[in-house]
Amino acid sequence: MTTNSETRAPKQSMWKRITQSKYFVYVLISPLVFVLLAYVIFPMYKTFLQSVVDQEGSLSLTNYLRFFTSEANLESLYNSIFISIVSVITCAIVGVGMAFLLNRYEFPGRKILSILVLVPMALPPLIGAISFSFLYGSSGIFPRLFQSIFQLDNVPFALEGIWGIIIVHTFTMYTYFYLSASAAIRGLDLSLEEAATSLGSGRLRIWRKIILPMLTPAMVASSLLVFMISMASYTAPLMFGVERVMTMAITLSRTNGNLDMAATQSTILSLVSIAFLILMTWYQNRRNYQSQSKGVGVHRTEVSSPVVKYIAAILSTIGVFILMLPILVIALISFAVDGEWTTQIIPTSYTFEHYIELFTDSRTWGPIKNSIQMSIVAVIGNIIFGVAAAYAMVRFAFKGKVFMDILIMVPWALPGTVVAVNLISAFSEGNVFSFNQVLVGTFWILPLAYFVRQLPLVFRNTQASLIQMDDSIEEAAQSLGATWWHSFRRVVLPIIMPGVLAGTLLAFVQGLTEFVASILLYSPSTMPLSVGIWNKMYSFQFGTACAYGVLQTILIIVVLLINERLKGGTNQSGASIG
Amino acid sequence: MKSVRLEHITKKFGKAKGVEDVDIHIKSGEFFTFLGPSGCGKTTTLRIIAGFYFPTEGKVYFDNEDITGLKPNKRNIGMVFQNYALFPHMTVFENIAFGLQVRKLSSSEIKSKVEKAQKFVHLEGYGNRKITELSGGQQQRVALARALVIEPDILLLDEPLSNLDAKLREETRIEIKRLQVELGITTIYVTHDQHEAMSMSDRIMVMDKGEIQQIGTPQEIYNKPVNHFVASFIGESNIIKADVKNLTDTHVTVDIGGGIILKGLRENGSPMLDYANEDSVLLSIRPEMINTGEGANTLTGIIQLSEFTGVSINYIVKVGDHELNVMIVNARTKVLERGDTITLHVPESGIYFMSEKR
Ligand SMILES: Nc1ncnc2c1ncn2[C@@H]1O[C@H](COP(=O)(O)OP(=O)(O)OP(=O)(O)O)[C@@H](O)[C@H]1O
Ligand SMILES: [Mg+2]
Repeated sequence: MTTNSETRAPKQSMWKRITQSKYFVYVLISPLVFVLLAYVIFPMYKTFLQSVVDQEGSLSLTNYLRFFTSEANLESLYNSIFISIVSVITCAIVGVGMAFLLNRYEFPGRKILSILVLVPMALPPLIGAISFSFLYGSSGIFPRLFQSIFQLDNVPFALEGIWGIIIVHTFTMYTYFYLSASAAIRGLDLSLEEAATSLGSGRLRIWRKIILPMLTPAMVASSLLVFMISMASYTAPLMFGVERVMTMAITLSRTNGNLDMAATQSTILSLVSIAFLILMTWYQNRRNYQSQSKGVGVHRTEVSSPVVKYIAAILSTIGVFILMLPILVIALISFAVDGEWTTQIIPTSYTFEHYIELFTDSRTWGPIKNSIQMSIVAVIGNIIFGVAAAYAMVRFAFKGKVFMDILIMVPWALPGTVVAVNLISAFSEGNVFSFNQVLVGTFWILPLAYFVRQLPLVFRNTQASLIQMDDSIEEAAQSLGATWWHSFRRVVLPIIMPGVLAGTLLAFVQGLTEFVASILLYSPSTMPLSVGIWNKMYSFQFGTACAYGVLQTILIIVVLLINERLKGGTNQSGASIG
Repeated sequence: MKSVRLEHITKKFGKAKGVEDVDIHIKSGEFFTFLGPSGCGKTTTLRIIAGFYFPTEGKVYFDNEDITGLKPNKRNIGMVFQNYALFPHMTVFENIAFGLQVRKLSSSEIKSKVEKAQKFVHLEGYGNRKITELSGGQQQRVALARALVIEPDILLLDEPLSNLDAKLREETRIEIKRLQVELGITTIYVTHDQHEAMSMSDRIMVMDKGEIQQIGTPQEIYNKPVNHFVASFIGESNIIKADVKNLTDTHVTVDIGGGIILKGLRENGSPMLDYANEDSVLLSIRPEMINTGEGANTLTGIIQLSEFTGVSINYIVKVGDHELNVMIVNARTKVLERGDTITLHVPESGIYFMSEKR
């Protein structure tokens, strides 16, 4: 086969000049830049603008002055930070403790525990909070149980307030520490420890000099992550009625009609989140990935003393219970007849009705249908832009790449509340980016919010697959005569498909379970599933609410299982995006 | 089969130098090797030929056609990558068929061509295997089949043997050479292994630090290296600095210090060397050129290290201020030991003269 390039030469040189210009890559990434600009930066800017412009329309910092002189606001900020710091500490203790226990010791019940330890990942945030209030809240099952056993006038204990939030956080977020610490522990070179022991090091010294330093990177990354998610937490404060935290303060300002203050609070919260995002990116780039010695199976110390064994078995059983209870209680209540559970310890009458209604009653089915529709719309956008973004970021070198990398992750770092506030600021009136349409109050605002929030998920998963793929594979396709498009379609896409699919499925279930932004943005005609749950809870239809919750949980579990399969060979461990 | 001509090719990566002023003409059907240490620019040059890099300066011609700006997929080249770059989601058959499908051949044609290619690389019956189910050597042969089946004008191989173990490397090396000879295809081969380069190539280009050091047949490169770098990179050599004492039409007499005078043939020097203009020169004496016993250029020294390899006896001998590597073919002679005195001589033709410059 000979190419008749003489005839093609003039056209080619034009094309060549364009494609080989070092600015061509900017043409390629421009759609992505547009999307980020229009739906992330612009809304953020609008909120910021609202916070620094006073009634007369002139620039002023009055709002910020008011924020930093108001006791309520400062208390909210203080509480948010306090909750986040304590959450980091408690999550670290539980997560790392579990990681060591399950990876380093062999005891009765270890196998089942090491599977169930990941259960909190399967709980949608709203359902997690609800289950805790059912179990341990002031009218929860356990407080009432103890009250009736000991014949007390009041419940002896109940999860409430800030500590309630912290406990929910601990339960739902220790998995980040657990996963990264487990990976680190499995990577610990046992021979290092043995070498140290043989050199006469004591246990403590080994910990200080060898184990802790090896764990540090995982710990720092998880701490930053948990801190960020805690700052953004909205569901738990809502559940426990704590109004003095940043996210709640924002929504309260909005309901009180104080939009300028809401904008100010949002901007401050955004700044904190973005600062943490930059810190995380910096830390991850700085950290060098040491190659881990492979093939050394983790050595587990076997618990041999019968007494300890016995105790371990009992503790494991308790552990299994604690881990399973949230799911069990949701499942149990999903069969409870609505409105019949008032002061009893557990519901008294049960029915299958709610599950039948889910798919037959159009009012109950409505939110499910809405959520599915809106998530699909969002996910289609995620695939197109997420994959394009990941490809451009992995394949091309260009100025401002680090900046782009952070920019793409911004919507992930921003609290859902803030994303919602930003979108409202930007799209409660028509502008170029919304094709002159008012989006707030329409079907489109929620898919847009989901799209923005979940873009990083598809992006990150695709990026990971692309990084693993060797550059020369694409070059091989080209050298065999394939055009760029052909090789992308036939070679690149099939290879990265598992990553794309994993990200997409996660994005899809996150859309189905999204609550925080939805509650601020939805309109009654497009009420999504989580808001449906919340409304049912509000009107004491616990059974229906929990049936919804079970549906969400099952979907998440299915997706997690599929993803486990998809990622099977590639073994991408570490914290997934929350 | 096409010829390849690189005309003053320079490639810079930002400010960093990739290669500089590479000017070569590879003949049609030739087996041409780029040889040099890591980072010397072999891959860069190869990728410019393949079209993956666009040269900062200079032009690339296939036959007489300027293809400098032509995209890689229009060049009709077969390329074998160092890590093979097989498509992991395809079978052996699909991998080999890829280039034919791109060329829109009919499926019956593809089938017969792929089967022929499989046979050619001894992989009959492996068509339905997954890539991950193949050994390194088999993967290597799939990569080769995939590159050859499209009947490329030029075959490019970037260190294709570096991931194989020693025995497989030997086998595959012979295999590649056999395929190349049978097909008569213009082949450009990249390696940092001089043994590979010497045994396979029609001509070798020795590179260092992004620049061409010497182009020539294996014999020219070995016997007539143009400079210190080539002499020491290809094979082993004793490089000694010496002052020119006497110059006649036929002979050169030099002083290597410590009162040792050596005499060699004037014609036995690098073409880059102009005796008339240099007071001192570099001598290159290959270890195998040094013999035991008396003769021309007799030397005596003390053995520092003695090594018996079976085929040969290797000594490091201290002669004056110099430590010479000496290789004696094993003829059941007595192996001397460290500390023994040894008498050596270097025939006049065993001394090679090079310029100190370059
Ligand atoms: N894409 C690139 N960007 C920047 N510098 C590069 C790039 N590719 C190569 N270089 C530099 O150009 C020089 C030549 O590299 P090249 O890959 O051609 O070496 P090589 O001879 O193939 O080495 P090796 O035997 O290690 O493969 C090196 O100094 C390298 O650092
Ligand atoms: Mg190379």
